[in-house]
Amino acid sequence: MSGGELKDLSETDCPECSAKIRIPSDAIDGEIVTCPDCGTGFELEISGSGTVTLKQAESVAEDWGE
Amino acid sequence: MTARKISMVYDLVRVEEKAIIEAARKRSDKIDFRFFDSKDLYFDIRDDDSKIREIFGKVVLQRCASYFRNMHLTAVLEGLGVNVVNNLNAAIFAGNKLLTSILLSKAGVSTPRTKIAFTEEGSLKALGELGYPAIIKPTIGSWGRLVACVNDEDAAKSVIEDREEMFPLYRVYYIQEKVKRPPRDIRAVVVGERTVAAIYRISTTGDWRTNTARGGRAENLPVDKELDDICLRATKPFGSGIFGVDLMESEDRGLIVHEINSTTEFKNVYSKSGVDIPSLIVEYLYELAGKL
Ligand SMILES: Nc1ncnc2c1ncn2[C@@H]1O[C@H](COP(=O)(O)OP(=O)(O)OP(=O)(O)O)[C@@H](O)[C@H]1O
Ligand SMILES: [Zn+2]
Repeated sequence: MSGGELKDLSETDCPECSAKIRIPSDAIDGEIVTCPDCGTGFELEISGSGTVTLKQAESVAEDWGE
Repeated sequence: MTARKISMVYDLVRVEEKAIIEAARKRSDKIDFRFFDSKDLYFDIRDDDSKIREIFGKVVLQRCASYFRNMHLTAVLEGLGVNVVNNLNAAIFAGNKLLTSILLSKAGVSTPRTKIAFTEEGSLKALGELGYPAIIKPTIGSWGRLVACVNDEDAAKSVIEDREEMFPLYRVYYIQEKVKRPPRDIRAVVVGERTVAAIYRISTTGDWRTNTARGGRAENLPVDKELDDICLRATKPFGSGIFGVDLMESEDRGLIVHEINSTTEFKNVYSKSGVDIPSLIVEYLYELAGKL
């Protein structure tokens, strides 16, 4: 186990519609990004070496809230 | 002086979580801030306390949006000697609207008249006593989800019949008077012993609910003594921590509290009030870590 790291990244393709999704330069593993074209929400997965993959964000379950 | 180790656990890095991480980074001279995706964590309930403290520090900020994950993770961390903000009791009680209502009512804080029932028959009797219109809510959940306003018995029956098909939790009927209020409610944020900022949430879409997640609009509300007092009285039974307090302005009873949020969202309060809530949260955690 280790604490999250900030990584320097730029953009990647939307797995749903192939539009470019901009990855903030201070992106954090687990951060939620939304595709500007199709609106799908993704969770950023940032590997130790700094590669980003987009994972479909966990969908809101009944017990989610504040 | 060595930096104080403080952690945050989360399941989503939303605007709030990111702002907290950034606020902590500004204090990296004083704080060794770590953050963990709860989905990657696992524990043995007999893990070595000192090993856990080495990883997380003595103070962990709980930011999981999933109530079940939040509560169970808080329980295991507290069991291993970590101080979780908010504490387990606060997480359990604030996450459940009935338990919250009971605590508020016992503390003498104005809160909507509330009844609880477990069947359609019981609910209709309770509603009959309360009168229509009335509100039926699930005991857990947020963002106005499945919160229904019923104008008569037929409407109530159809809401209850839908719920009868759902998970057992939804067959617990939390029933409330519909409070006469302007088309807005209040979200205030309490950090430690102070109400730091507040907003009005104004319904704009014709929905009677004011939730910003449902298109409500937010506006700054400067905190005065009355609001600070009621928020502190309302959160006191939950212990010291970080809370979102939801209030309504009742036409005949003034400010009344209808909900306490233990993992509060604050991006609207932050942007409308200009109060740097993420930094206040980090400061609160830092002070707490210093006392332990
Ligand atoms: N008893 C009531 N009378 C009138 N309006 C109410 C009552 N209870 C809730 N509301 C309104 O209904 C909406 C949702 O209610 P509530 O806050 O209880 O639900 P929630 O799902 O927990 O939302 P939140 O995200 O604010 O925690 C809010 O706009 C609130 O002002
Ligand atoms: Zn897309």
